[in-house]
Amino acid sequence: MSMPSPATSELDLRGAAPAPVFDPATALVAQATRGYWRTVLARILRDKVTVACALLLLAIVLLAVFAPLLALADPFKGSILRRLLPIGSEGFLLGTDELGRDMLTRLIYGGRLSLVMGITPVINALLIGAFLGVVGGFMGGKINTLIMRTIDVFYAFPSVLLAVAISGALGAGIFNAMVALTVVFIPPVARVAESVTTQVMSLDFVEAARASGASSFTIIRVHILGNVLGPVFIYATSLISVSMILASGLSFLGLGTKPPEPEWGLMLNTLRTAIYLNPGVAALPGAMIFMVSICFNMMSDGLRAAMDVTQ
Amino acid sequence: MSTHDRSTNVASSNDSPRPVLDVRELRKYFPLSSGIFNKRAGTVHAVDDISFSVMAGETLGIVGESGCGKSTTARLLMRLIEPDAGRVLLDGRGIAEPAPHGLAIGEVRRQMQMVFQDSFASLNPRLTIEDSIAFGPVVHGLPRRQAKARARELLARVGLAPERYAARYPHELSGGQRQRINIARALALEPRIVILDEAVSALDKSVEAQVLNLLLDLKREFGLTYLFISHDLNVVRYMSDRVMVMYLGKIAEIGPVEAIFGGTAHPYTKALLSAMPSMDPARRTQKPPLTGDPPSPIDPPPGCRFRTRCLYAEDVCARLDPQLVIAGSPDHRVACEILRPASGHSLAAPAIAHAA
Repeated sequence: MSMPSPATSELDLRGAAPAPVFDPATALVAQATRGYWRTVLARILRDKVTVACALLLLAIVLLAVFAPLLALADPFKGSILRRLLPIGSEGFLLGTDELGRDMLTRLIYGGRLSLVMGITPVINALLIGAFLGVVGGFMGGKINTLIMRTIDVFYAFPSVLLAVAISGALGAGIFNAMVALTVVFIPPVARVAESVTTQVMSLDFVEAARASGASSFTIIRVHILGNVLGPVFIYATSLISVSMILASGLSFLGLGTKPPEPEWGLMLNTLRTAIYLNPGVAALPGAMIFMVSICFNMMSDGLRAAMDVTQ
Repeated sequence: MSTHDRSTNVASSNDSPRPVLDVRELRKYFPLSSGIFNKRAGTVHAVDDISFSVMAGETLGIVGESGCGKSTTARLLMRLIEPDAGRVLLDGRGIAEPAPHGLAIGEVRRQMQMVFQDSFASLNPRLTIEDSIAFGPVVHGLPRRQAKARARELLARVGLAPERYAARYPHELSGGQRQRINIARALALEPRIVILDEAVSALDKSVEAQVLNLLLDLKREFGLTYLFISHDLNVVRYMSDRVMVMYLGKIAEIGPVEAIFGGTAHPYTKALLSAMPSMDPARRTQKPPLTGDPPSPIDPPPGCRFRTRCLYAEDVCARLDPQLVIAGSPDHRVACEILRPASGHSLAAPAIAHAA
């Protein structure tokens, strides 16, 4: 028989039933319980690679933000006499560009625009895409189909082509480039948000919340967003590097930043003619883009690992 | 269904037992679509015109194979899904019906709560246990502080020390502990009816027994009415006052627990019971009482749904859709043509019905 007959279990277990069940595995961590985000933070701090990437990014951001306060050369002042000096030249630590402007200064200043153009479209796309995805996933049915099929239209185009087409149509300029990039990133973010929401919706705790009489808004706020935003946020951080590279690409094509404004993508473009004369200097803006992208990707990986507290 | 169903084993203070829940011809069909043009490919008859009532203070066990409509019935009662037809009356007031005699869904959900099978999936992994339990009361307007106090009280009541468990997350607990939390959450709104949908099926046997006894204690303490859904006949026998046997969206047999287990009348229930492993080796069944899976609930053919697997199936079973008829005692009802004297089934003689 699969369980004790009523009579015996009545005798054996009735007394024991209300007592707390002792479980050694949970008793060990009983004292160490803290809030979810504090747990995540503690786990991130233990991950050396993520910490190193975060510190490097922080340094680049701080340098870019406080660039005017640093004792740097004028990023716009060039000289025909000192064009394309190699890395390590006296007075020009990272050499000079094709117009004789200090590369170190321009790389630091260039970080301002490049980072803004990398991060802003992703934040915008995160807000809009997550909203569309969560609403679609929550409502389901025809509304979901309408939202997701509309988004699929944008999927039909390669992201670079789409960005070029939109910013080309809107005209060159930083603002238009960011609008174009936002439009490019909304579909993938919405996709991720919708699939995670659909997954969460199928779990019993959403039914339990409905059974307790909560409104749709409360269910989304308490039960859906808490479980959806994590994965969507992680995905969005990995898009920052893509956004930076696309922004650089737009600038490279002349659709983003205009010369002489320093921006890594544009610098890469203008220095490409010097690639045979001074390859080290010509590669520097690319190296910056590469480094920042890698850091964002590593951080998003670290965040993903840290937020999965069940492992 | 009759309101003069005599409920058994009910320690009710009321002079006459009354149905707290009255289900009338409840029906839910799920349309199946296929292809890109959503062509109607068939209809799943998940719950097909079932009627029954639940007395205040009793435990009604619902048994059946998977896919027989047990869980759909539970979700229909909770209005987690909308029925296609039929009414559910709570204290004689129609659920989700217009105001004067009807009852708003929100009110229903305060009086009726549910415990789900999957103890992990039914707790939000991002909320502490305390917050999970307090969620319902907060939704119904209780101040957060009071809701948390109630959560802690309930945690203690289900056997989990609040100071140790209140701030924990679901993944830190065992299955049995999580199911205790789910029970506490269901009780947080002080419901009168609790639907237990396979609530102990995923637990191992010793923990299952503890949780069952906890459920019995809570029922006594709070004067609850249970709808106990399970596929485990032993557990249902232990918990229930009355038992309802479902097969493919229909009620096969309903009656007091002694009548179902002692005087089984429906061939399907007989087959189910003989599938129960016996403790006595001499009484073990030698051949499988039922073979194969239940037929698909998609567009079932007319007649008795069980006839494809029934040992006693005859032509009449394909023609007639069996209705619930009284077998033995007045509150023991069976949907089988054998039990209906005038049905034309060769075994349909009253004597056989009573011998069963």
